Amino acid sequence: MTQAKTLQPEEARQKLKFYQKGTFTVGNRLVSEEERSVQASEDRSNALTSGHRACQGCGEALGARYAIDAAMRATDSDLIAVNATGCLEVFTTPYPETSWQLPWLHSLFGNAAAVATGVAAAMRVKKKKTRVIAQGGDGGTTDIGFQCLSGMFERNDDVLYICYDNEGYMNTGVQRSSATPPAARTATTPAVGPSPGNVFGTGKFLPKIAVAHNIPYVATATVADLHDLERKVVKAMSIHGARYIQINVPCPLGWGAASCDTIKLARLAVESGLYPIFEAEHGRVTQARKIRKQVPVREYLILQKRFAHLFRDGVDDPRVARLQAICDAHIAEYGLLGEDNEV
Amino acid sequence: MKTMDHDFAITLDVGTSLANHTGSWRTFRPTYVHRLPPCNDACPAGEDIQGWLSFAEAGDYEAAWRALTKNNPLPAVMGRVCYHPCENACNRAQIDSAVGINSVERFLGDMAIAKGWRFTPPAHKSGRKVLVVGAGPAGLSAAYHLALFGHAPTIHEAGPAPGGMMRFGIPKYRLPRDILDAEVARLADLGVRIEYNSKVADLQTTMKEGGFDAAFLAVGAHIAKRAYIPAGEAAKVLDAVQVLRSMEGEDKPLLGRRVVVYGGGNTALDVARTAKRLGAEEAIIVYRRTREKMPAHDFELEEALEEGVMMKWLSTIKNVEAGAITVEKMKLDEKGFPQPTGEFETLEADSVVLALGQDVDLSLLNGVPGLEMMDGVVHVGPDMMTGARGIFAGGDMAPSQRTVTVAIGHGKRAARNIDAFLRGETFAPPPRHELASFDRLNTWYYGEAPKTMRPMLEIARRSATFEEVVQGLDESNALYEARRCLSCGNCFECDNCYGVCPDNAVVKLGPGKGFEFNYDFCKGCGLCASECPCGAIAMVAEEI
Repeated sequence: MTQAKTLQPEEARQKLKFYQKGTFTVGNRLVSEEERSVQASEDRSNALTSGHRACQGCGEALGARYAIDAAMRATDSDLIAVNATGCLEVFTTPYPETSWQLPWLHSLFGNAAAVATGVAAAMRVKKKKTRVIAQGGDGGTTDIGFQCLSGMFERNDDVLYICYDNEGYMNTGVQRSSATPPAARTATTPAVGPSPGNVFGTGKFLPKIAVAHNIPYVATATVADLHDLERKVVKAMSIHGARYIQINVPCPLGWGAASCDTIKLARLAVESGLYPIFEAEHGRVTQARKIRKQVPVREYLILQKRFAHLFRDGVDDPRVARLQAICDAHIAEYGLLGEDNEV
Repeated sequence: MKTMDHDFAITLDVGTSLANHTGSWRTFRPTYVHRLPPCNDACPAGEDIQGWLSFAEAGDYEAAWRALTKNNPLPAVMGRVCYHPCENACNRAQIDSAVGINSVERFLGDMAIAKGWRFTPPAHKSGRKVLVVGAGPAGLSAAYHLALFGHAPTIHEAGPAPGGMMRFGIPKYRLPRDILDAEVARLADLGVRIEYNSKVADLQTTMKEGGFDAAFLAVGAHIAKRAYIPAGEAAKVLDAVQVLRSMEGEDKPLLGRRVVVYGGGNTALDVARTAKRLGAEEAIIVYRRTREKMPAHDFELEEALEEGVMMKWLSTIKNVEAGAITVEKMKLDEKGFPQPTGEFETLEADSVVLALGQDVDLSLLNGVPGLEMMDGVVHVGPDMMTGARGIFAGGDMAPSQRTVTVAIGHGKRAARNIDAFLRGETFAPPPRHELASFDRLNTWYYGEAPKTMRPMLEIARRSATFEEVVQGLDESNALYEARRCLSCGNCFECDNCYGVCPDNAVVKLGPGKGFEFNYDFCKGCGLCASECPCGAIAMVAEEI
């Protein structure tokens, strides 16, 4: 494991600010190789390689490669991944074929955190420095795998758990999960009746629950901000103990969106305030990514068929305002507006 | 088949997903394209601005200068006198403000002079001789490009020094003469011959005597237009061409303490600003229409007003006497034309300078068969050839907006066509790419970076001296400015496509080589095209 890498992305970000273009792009021909993102490198590990069966424009395939490639670089590729059941497992590894370019383990839907704990323990016993990542979708994390995950946090096991949050059970046919946003249509929350789509006021925002466990590191990230995502994964790999990163990964199929809009949607989710991007250490929020160009949540919703019932007959449903209120509350809670002083 | 090598309950060998060619799912195919940046589209000299800025961004100023001078041999001049239509077209203006292309061009031009960079002479000489008449921007540009093609151009210039209107029309405070001289000297160094004080009186004779295979005429428009204004015997009425030209000689024009300039073009402003610098207490421009209708560029008017030049809008001069003029107030009719009101006013004036436009001296063309004149200029085809075979014309003597940049563009286009003509061919301009309009860009990826303002000479020094008004950028400013370029329509290797592909179907070819798609795995999702900042990827329907 190379600890020295930890500060570099911070420095790189500061230096990148000097450059007028490429600041937000994946790479930048004007800065040195070391200052570019992992994804800009020809030597990235492509931990999740071509030929996988994810849909066109899959945000989860993208988020998983971003995260695991960054972790591979941070650990000199001495890494094992444990996967929950879900799209990510199914589309990468239909027996006997796999897209993974690292040791990878799948057991059950709900036990990824527990299996990862076991793998970490085994490495410790064998006196190996191999690091362990557990990963899954929001279903396998916030619902089915929640007990195992909470236990892993509570024991402070040396595992980074990454949740790729696409806000539903997409693999089995787009059913609601506890991470599905209000008003969204899914197979189990149809857009019919007096309150169409998912109900308001339920669901869980697991990053806050993770923070409440007082674990060393919790962060949210998005496929729309690669530099921030990579920085957080690298930082997580520099810490030992239980860590949790949740990455917003739009699902063109489940959300009813164009495959070319995956990153745009992720960007709008952040820029509207609907998906707050922050990090927390030992139970305290330490950093929030500021909104760069604020947009009304409407711009985000209207691109997705799962919210089409909010815009019928050219009239905005009152629920749009309720979703905007959620954004406004996030903006106030995390301080998402204003100058980015920390970077 | 179960084999003894496998563990319990394992029946198949582990395989890689690389065997699964997901490219077969695709209905649209991403393709790298080049689109025409609006700056290049707008440049009358046909510069590849985005191209040379990309070298400047990387700090390779010599490469940038070499790319620039492929199309325009006078960047230091251009960086001072061009009205930069490129900046008016720049997509960045819709984000914050246009890239300061003109200031970077000047920076490169000045650096080339300071470092003594020279043009690379052509590898082969054709031995063909071309006569160029006039050493103004069009003539110099044509001679430069002809020399690069390997031909032997000779410029016959009527005046004693090169530059044409760049020397005898544009005041020194806008274009210092050492800059002009340095760029012309570089052309001479390339092999362009210039014969001064050599007015071509009879084109056919000069061509025959000199053994020229073709000619490019660019004599400019040096005859001031006059208007009939009743004037007393002691009245002092001059014209702008005469005033600006005499600024180049030993005896500066005597304009007096109160100078009135008549006209609304850039030349009127040049004369008024020159008069202030010569010591006039008042320089008043009388123009028959309003500021909105004035043909002069707004920034030049602003600079003139800052220097104390006064404007008399909606006025015509009715009469000039010694020491005073009579003006009539005008009003605009519904069509925007000025109409007399019958109200008169007297202004004190020691001299009146007419800046009412210029005509072309076409006398050298007498007896050349086939030539066609229209509205006082020579008619030319799209190839810049006149009605007479082998005789081309450009600059102010051809139909033109009459700017230095347009003239330089004429010179280049004429040279290309003359080269083809000398080889018995026809020059076919390469097809233009589709325009990289603003909606082609994904501007999320560009950082906020306001334009760098060029430092200006303080007002006090501007009104008393002929020092250059607009100063240049230093290297860090120029670099910053170059890096504001959005690279519209052309890949700048930001790695976005390579990064955002969920299928690793983009292959990075290395610095300067760009990328290619691996269609075995590309599913055609279109993320690369959506997230390309500069619009250099198109999605094309697959034939199914």
